[in-house]
Amino acid sequence: MATEAFEEIAETFEFLDDWEDRYAHVIDMGREMDPLDDAFKVPATKVDGCASQVWLVPQVEGGVFTFKGASDAMIVSGLIAILRALYNGLSVEDVQRVDARAEFERLGLNDHLSAQRSNGLRAMIERIRSVTA
Amino acid sequence: MGFDVEAVRADFPILSREVNGKPLVYLDNGASAQKPQVVIDAITKAYTQEYSNVHRGLHYLSNLATEKYEGVRGIVARFLGAEDETSIIFTSGTTEGINLVAYGWAMENLREGDEIVLSVMEHHANIVPWHFLRERMGVKLVWVDVDVNGDLDPQAVMEACTDRTKLIAVTHMSNVLGTVVDVKTICQAARARAIATMIDGSQASVHMPVNVTDLGCDFYPVTGHKLYGPSGSGAIYIHPDRMAEMRPFIGGGDMIREVHKDEVIYNDAPFKFEAGTPGIVQTIGLGVALDYMMGLGMDNIAAHERHLRDYARERLDGLNWLNVQGHSAGKGAIFSFTLEGAAHAHDISTVLDKKGVAVRAGQHCCGPLMDHMGVTASCRASFGMYNTTDEVDSLVDALELCHKLFA
Repeated sequence: MATEAFEEIAETFEFLDDWEDRYAHVIDMGREMDPLDDAFKVPATKVDGCASQVWLVPQVEGGVFTFKGASDAMIVSGLIAILRALYNGLSVEDVQRVDARAEFERLGLNDHLSAQRSNGLRAMIERIRSVTA
Repeated sequence: MGFDVEAVRADFPILSREVNGKPLVYLDNGASAQKPQVVIDAITKAYTQEYSNVHRGLHYLSNLATEKYEGVRGIVARFLGAEDETSIIFTSGTTEGINLVAYGWAMENLREGDEIVLSVMEHHANIVPWHFLRERMGVKLVWVDVDVNGDLDPQAVMEACTDRTKLIAVTHMSNVLGTVVDVKTICQAARARAIATMIDGSQASVHMPVNVTDLGCDFYPVTGHKLYGPSGSGAIYIHPDRMAEMRPFIGGGDMIREVHKDEVIYNDAPFKFEAGTPGIVQTIGLGVALDYMMGLGMDNIAAHERHLRDYARERLDGLNWLNVQGHSAGKGAIFSFTLEGAAHAHDISTVLDKKGVAVRAGQHCCGPLMDHMGVTASCRASFGMYNTTDEVDSLVDALELCHKLFA
């Protein structure tokens, strides 16, 4: 269960052997992401449980889920970009079927998903799952 | 006597492990320090051969455990330069120590409108208990700023005092800036004006010789886990005159002499401030850790860390894209920093971690100081006695990689 956009990212990551290159790519994806308008950075869109500041603006239109997001940390911004590739354009039913852990494992980034990591990736996924439930 | 850092490192088994495939470079000593083998062995021995509850039984093991546990009071007194070991109360750490001062002493001796003077660089543990008194009793908190270098001027502290000031609560060493405060000048000036002094010794006691008698302070809490001892151990020095003004804070077993339906008679100090079964083994481990430090010599440890500080300062100063917070000349080996540009402290610590370098990222439990500096989050490299100049180089190498990745 993965979108074309995510498959493209996964293909790129296959060529990135060491963590420095993978991180550099994550950071680049964060940089290239459209900035989130400051008007959206409000308490309602803020995701708790993140060590850095994270905002997530979800939208469900005609049963199709999309979201925009931002973080003041660059690695986390990149993780948001990956999450957007993973989820955007899916039906709300398909969002529930995504195994985010398995998908991040394909990228060699699964260490970001452990329970005690405070980067907020899990909290973001929980938010995405709850708004589409 | 010299200081052989390689021999010291060999005493700390965890330092030889790898993290993320790289040799561990542990620079988070400000948060908690690693433990030498003697402390680990003492914990094992206490549980395998010498364990029982203390102060209670008449049997062999209870007497033995009590002897070992009570023996630590004298070790702490020696470590802190207290004249009498009855001035030492065991705690679970500095946080409990400061709360004991707030509930046991300040709540008894302060009235609505009385003032407590704090510096802006205090740790939350030396802020929140005073907020409790502000909320419950209407005590006023008076804040003193640090200057651009992170120095706290003793004169500014004394000028903030009024005839309503009952307590000055300041740190001996900032956990963010590394600033070492001239607390002796503050304590002596305060005593002349009958103002009590609470000096947060969490950081300073780890890095330099401390003598509470010479400082002239009233309260001096320390925390065991930063002193290369077990977590959950700690102690506070309390001047006998202040201890006489205190009421017990936590009630329970061990702190009483007699309990009846309509009356309770407390034990003598310091025991009446130590309720319930204490951290017996942790405290025994703390004693071993302090003996270990005193065996190396606090002057030697301080000299080694000054050397580390000077080297780290020189290397970090060479990174013109790095903003170091805190430039006090006599600071300890604690360096908080941010990177110029968009990289967040968490970005930096994530990359440093990948290189095996452990630092802390965030607000370091110092909200008011971060506000004062206008920094939302920073990274902190805090050195201990087992760190080396090679590890400073590893830090700088890892920071250069951050600069490359995030620039």
